[in-house]
Amino acid sequence: MTDTAIAAPRRRRLPVAGQAGIALVVAWAALAAFGPYLAPYRAGDVVNAGVFAPMSNAYPFGTDYLGRDMLSRLLYGARYTVGVAMVATVLACLGGITLGILSAARQGWTDSVLGRAADALISIPHLMFALVIVAAFGTSLPVLILMAAISYVPGSYRFARSLALDINAMDFVEVARARGERTAYVVWAEILPNMIVPLLTDFGLRFVFVVLLLSGLSFLGLGIQPPNADWGALVRENINGIYEAAPAVLVPAVAIAVLTISITLLIDGFSGRGRAMAR
Amino acid sequence: MLMLAMIGRRVLGGLLTLLVVSVIVFVGTNILPGDATESILGQSTSPEAVAGLRKALGLNLPAHERYLRWLGGLLSGDPGVSLINRLPVAQLIGPRLANSVLLTALTAAVAVPLALLIGITTAIWRGSLYDRIANVTAVSLVAVPEFLLATVGVILFAVQLRWVSAISTPSVDSFTQAMQNFTLPVLTLCFAVTAQMARMTRAALLGVLDSSYIEMARLKGVRPTRLVLRHALRNAAGPIANAVALNLSSLLGGVIIVEVIFTYPGIAKLAVDAVETRDMPLVQACAMIFCATFMLLVLVADICSILSNPRLRTR
Repeated sequence: MTDTAIAAPRRRRLPVAGQAGIALVVAWAALAAFGPYLAPYRAGDVVNAGVFAPMSNAYPFGTDYLGRDMLSRLLYGARYTVGVAMVATVLACLGGITLGILSAARQGWTDSVLGRAADALISIPHLMFALVIVAAFGTSLPVLILMAAISYVPGSYRFARSLALDINAMDFVEVARARGERTAYVVWAEILPNMIVPLLTDFGLRFVFVVLLLSGLSFLGLGIQPPNADWGALVRENINGIYEAAPAVLVPAVAIAVLTISITLLIDGFSGRGRAMAR
Repeated sequence: MLMLAMIGRRVLGGLLTLLVVSVIVFVGTNILPGDATESILGQSTSPEAVAGLRKALGLNLPAHERYLRWLGGLLSGDPGVSLINRLPVAQLIGPRLANSVLLTALTAAVAVPLALLIGITTAIWRGSLYDRIANVTAVSLVAVPEFLLATVGVILFAVQLRWVSAISTPSVDSFTQAMQNFTLPVLTLCFAVTAQMARMTRAALLGVLDSSYIEMARLKGVRPTRLVLRHALRNAAGPIANAVALNLSSLLGGVIIVEVIFTYPGIAKLAVDAVETRDMPLVQACAMIFCATFMLLVLVADICSILSNPRLRTR
């Protein structure tokens, strides 16, 4: 029988995309942790190859607008792009999950106040929120991390809340309550363990968005400030190399794309069906 | 009536949310002590001059009164005066806003039909090689930063092939000129929006395809193409319209990056420049325009779902 629009089996994609994804995620974490130790030159060293040099054996990714080794710049930048985004995402998800479970467990006015606040915060486009915060507080690492975290708390909150509400309505939770367990126990031992897998995929998606937000901000010149540079800032400082098609412009942008795509494909492999990821 | 009441409630809720957003924007941009007089007059001025200017700008009023004045100004189309060049913010924003609307409208005109085409065809040939390739491509494109697409586009089409210019102006004097100016920005913006929109269109259609009346039609021997186009599409129209409106709202982030890359004189570029010079009235006004547009699109998405639900169509 041929596949028709209805009868086509749902394919499990984990073997292909998922395994490659896992390998890549481990590689990214290692890169963020050990990047600077692997770099052949220090981030500020001007090497003897001229400005916007093409790819070569000595300088695999060429040189930047000041004649610095691009590979080394990239390895130093990994700490900012991967590390900062990771910290911000962890904060956002911890905040969102805590508030979400609180909202689902308490309900009543706690729920409606938190829900309203999330509605308001979620209707400010992330990059616009970032611009307002940077205009008000300037750019420093704590401001950037907090801004990205706050910006993604509402999304995580909504996800965790609806998840907790679903599980809360299940029989085994009912049984635990009937046994006379306290709310704290029910949340910790019954609800939370069943939320972990969806929360992990949500964490991954949010990490991708935070990476894109922060590198977009750096690309606008409002993120990580010189002499330090994350990958978005590397694209910005080398933007004039675009007219010479220098690898210095493309390589950091491609690095971001490889990072985000690998994680998205991994998540897609896990969750299978296309979960709406607009927000 | 039920339907009207629901729509009315959504509109009210949206307005309330927008009010909270305006408080967030106002408080966010006023929370630090350094006020506008310093950036206008500089550090070394007489206390009298500072006091005079503070009064002229209304900075001597308490915060809630300043907020109300600012909100009243926004609503009456006078969101204050730029701190940098002393021009009315409304005058600065006007032409820029028109340019941005032109850019996003062109993008939508390309992205929406393309996304519907891809979404519907992938739903028809679900599970085929084409479907799987389209899915992986879409998933990847959503995760690609706009500036990568833009730089690749510039290197390919402006630097190597010399088909279009790398700097975009909103002139549409002749067709070739318009093509030259808009091709790259519109193309860049299209990629991510189209990918996500196509995925959600496909998901909406598949949701309908799983229902039992489709099963019935299939058992009666209706061909897949006809099944999707005649039977499923009508019932998926609401969710699809919802997906289109929601995804258009994600353009608002992309347009900021794209306008800066192509130095396109739109409102997003204005906002980024205002952030660099810390021109707060301009930042506030731009932020509110972005948020209001965003809310409007989400509202349209909501209303599309409400209108398409026949259970609410009671008298």
